[in-house]
Amino acid sequence: MATTEAHNDHHHKETFIQKYVFSQDHKMISKQFLITGMTMAVIGMIMSTLFRLQLGWQGESFAILNFFLGDKWAPDGILDPNMYLALVTIHGTIMVFFLLTGGLSGTFANLLIPLQIGARDMASGFINLLSYWFFLASSVIMISSLFVETGPASGGWTVYPPLSALPQAMPGSGMGMTLWLVSMSLFVVSSLLGGLNYVVTVINLRTKGMTMTRLPLSVWALFVTAVIGVLSFPVLFSAALLLIFDRMFGTAFYLSDIHIAGEVLEATGGSPILYEHLFWFLGHPEVYIVLLPALGITSEVIATNARKPIFGYRAMIGSILAIAFLSFIVWGHHMFLTGMNPFLGSVFTFTTLLIAIPSAVKAFNYITTLWKGNVRLTPAMLFSIGMVSTFISGGVTGIILADSALDINLHDTYFVVAHFHIVMGLSAVLAMFAGVYHWFPKMYGRMMNRKMGYVHFWVTFICAYGVFFPQHFLGLAGIPRRYYTNSEFPIFDDLLGLNELVSVFAIIGAMVQFLFIFNFFYSMRRGQRATQNPWGSNTLEWTTPVEHVHGNWYGALPTVHRWPYDYSKPGKEQDFVPQDVPLEEDEMDGGEGH
Amino acid sequence: MMTILIILAVLLAILTIGQLLRVFEASSKLNGGTSLLPTVAENKYQGRSMFIFMLGFFAFFIWCMVEYGPYLLPEAASEHGVLLDRLLNFNFAIITLVFVITHVILFYFAMKYAYHPERKAYYFTHSNKLELLWTIVPAIFLAVIIVYGLSAWISITDDAPEGSLTIELYPKQFDWTARYSGEDAQLGASNYNMISGTNPLGLITDGSLDQMMSELEAEIAEIKVDLESAPVDGMKQEDLTETLGKRERQLNRVRGFRSFEAANRASGNDDILVKTEFYIPVGREIDFKFRSRDVIHSAYFPHFRAQMNCVPGMVTQFHFKPTITTAQMKAKTQNDDFDYLVLCNKICGAAHYNMSIVIKVVEEDEYNAWIAEQKTFSETISPADESEETASIVSEDAISMIEE
Repeated sequence: MATTEAHNDHHHKETFIQKYVFSQDHKMISKQFLITGMTMAVIGMIMSTLFRLQLGWQGESFAILNFFLGDKWAPDGILDPNMYLALVTIHGTIMVFFLLTGGLSGTFANLLIPLQIGARDMASGFINLLSYWFFLASSVIMISSLFVETGPASGGWTVYPPLSALPQAMPGSGMGMTLWLVSMSLFVVSSLLGGLNYVVTVINLRTKGMTMTRLPLSVWALFVTAVIGVLSFPVLFSAALLLIFDRMFGTAFYLSDIHIAGEVLEATGGSPILYEHLFWFLGHPEVYIVLLPALGITSEVIATNARKPIFGYRAMIGSILAIAFLSFIVWGHHMFLTGMNPFLGSVFTFTTLLIAIPSAVKAFNYITTLWKGNVRLTPAMLFSIGMVSTFISGGVTGIILADSALDINLHDTYFVVAHFHIVMGLSAVLAMFAGVYHWFPKMYGRMMNRKMGYVHFWVTFICAYGVFFPQHFLGLAGIPRRYYTNSEFPIFDDLLGLNELVSVFAIIGAMVQFLFIFNFFYSMRRGQRATQNPWGSNTLEWTTPVEHVHGNWYGALPTVHRWPYDYSKPGKEQDFVPQDVPLEEDEMDGGEGH
Repeated sequence: MMTILIILAVLLAILTIGQLLRVFEASSKLNGGTSLLPTVAENKYQGRSMFIFMLGFFAFFIWCMVEYGPYLLPEAASEHGVLLDRLLNFNFAIITLVFVITHVILFYFAMKYAYHPERKAYYFTHSNKLELLWTIVPAIFLAVIIVYGLSAWISITDDAPEGSLTIELYPKQFDWTARYSGEDAQLGASNYNMISGTNPLGLITDGSLDQMMSELEAEIAEIKVDLESAPVDGMKQEDLTETLGKRERQLNRVRGFRSFEAANRASGNDDILVKTEFYIPVGREIDFKFRSRDVIHSAYFPHFRAQMNCVPGMVTQFHFKPTITTAQMKAKTQNDDFDYLVLCNKICGAAHYNMSIVIKVVEEDEYNAWIAEQKTFSETISPADESEETASIVSEDAISMIEE
């Protein structure tokens, strides 16, 4: 679309609304996703500190709880058990979907795909605009559910029926749950619109010379993520739709043999397990929708800052594809204990453990990329190394949970909480920070303050492990997740100290994020001016001018001659060779190895 | 502990603020435009910090193990639990090794190869040998883990052996009921339409059928009187008509149960229902069956390394053999208050966190004495004195009604 004449567009004056609100420019949409995602993340993070107050000092009164939640949900500053579940639920929903799916993919797919493949914009600017506005609408609806009288959805972020289907089962299954479902349906629409656009753009709009095997790994990851999303999100949509039917129109897709609130429920004949299958058919690929962009960002940041080619480029692509394929045949490991046929459980154990192989390849390749590198420890690089660490330490506990036999005793305990927060939550959040520090100069033409970045990294990284590492021990002690308090049972009393420690780390870790936000907005206006290619990077986004122009490049689109990882190539004067530099005579393209 | 933590938090906060102020000072000077990239000193410092972090991380790991290791679950109190603990330790040994090795290398490289302008990175794009190495080695380890894990899984989920004691656990928001099959070793038929105050599991016996039908008939009559007599506004009338329809339909379904085989209707009579705590004999295979009255719950027996979801509309099962009595475990843990618990481990509503039932594992003869004291289901519901004769007449009625 509009490729040839687009580079003249910067002469054309846009109104404020066209430029900042209903923008069709991928760079502006990327910023909109980022700021919306950050806003949602702050809300999700505050929620987590509120319930951490309850978990750290169980049943104690905190004025801040009353301040945020009012007399209904925190009378005398003591958190109400229903509100505890609501906070846990909305925290999970926001973090998984709004920050790490919409926020992460929305920001970086929009920013990086056109810039790194050498395209003027996304395939359809209008669909891209719609994708953002559906995302915003779903965010607003999700947040508005916090203000309904019966409280927001509280059945856990997986919202299993019958709990979520029946308003009699808990207050959160009333209006709040309806809004949750409406919000998620819009979210799916946003994801699909965005995802289709990313896929089409990568396939059709690569510039001359940009073959699939010259794509930066970030684009590969974002591309495969979009494919996974397009294939799996519709299944969540159908799950949500059937749940809406069960809630409003008296159907019984998920309901059977229920006697609740002193009444026989007449809708019968379905099965809640159907919902679990539909949900996890998205839910597990969703983990990789969150993780793959994080791995892609990390690949770019590590190669650039190690001044060294990413090790095993083709193996990295292969492992992305292998992970994507396997992600569709492992969902049953969330359901080992639903009464499924044990043979089926064995199959899911097998497929799940297979994922460890491509994951191991990725981890070792990152480490080898550092070996004999010349590593610039920018804040982005520190976050990326941190991400490799959390990817490994969270990944290895996955080997235990994937084992159906071991899952019997660890299922739904804090061990699971520790595992997925480290491997999915921390890895993706750390990579997202890395991405923001790394591409901030591209987004805003200025550098983020490095010193503040260092403080932010260290406090975040230490607190992140401080929060989640001890939770393995809580899980091994048999404490179930989503417990409002575990002081009901004397067998858990000895572990209360550990809960306190976790909460202290959580609160410090949350506070330091405001330093990041300060740095972000401060640097946007006052930061040091960026040069065109501040990190000495090879990829095409750094060949565009610092100021943002429609169409991205003033002149013709760049032509690509080499893979993106020619860092420190022998015989070159500089320690990087951008992708648009032609090969010298007799020079081999580094990516063409066997 | 708490005060130390608060002091720690305050110290960290002060450090952060101090650092911040320095940063602002520096950044205002720097705005003139020094290097956009970290200086050599910064790289060196950050690289070292990475390595020091790693040492701190390992120290924290060890501290957690020393400090909280003793408070993890005590030894497994079931036969398969011992097997699972062994499997878990085996897996932990492997992953801890992987975790330590990769972290040492990762953070060591971050320190060792920190940027220096005079060095050039080694241009190393790929190596098939190396990549093959770290595809095959993990694959071998995983093969062992899979085979070991699945052999345990298969043996645990195998059918319960003959002569197991069958117990049903029936959860609702927010408590558990345990049901023993009684002398006939068979759990009586049940249905959610039969649930009432005196029949919490909805067992179908002649006694409970009569009771349920008379309850429903009485309620229907009452609603009809309300509908005819009182001058009611539209809204209330609508509610009443709706309730009336519900009760009538339920009554019809309940009548249908009369057509069950007499033997099926009889087998619930000797079932035993208990709440708050239940007894199981040590050394005997217990075959647990699970259902649910309202939402999904999960029966979690942490000390026995057992768990199974309880799903409305279906029966799930898990069997295990307890090997340590409650008394023995009290001695082992040196805790007189110790009790085995079943916890709910699937979010089920506001009181999810305190939904539990106590299991007493006792010697066989103590179990026999306890079970003999318990009332059977037919004893707990209001005295039922129907004879075999009336029962068969009733069931004929039901059949003819269905045929209509």
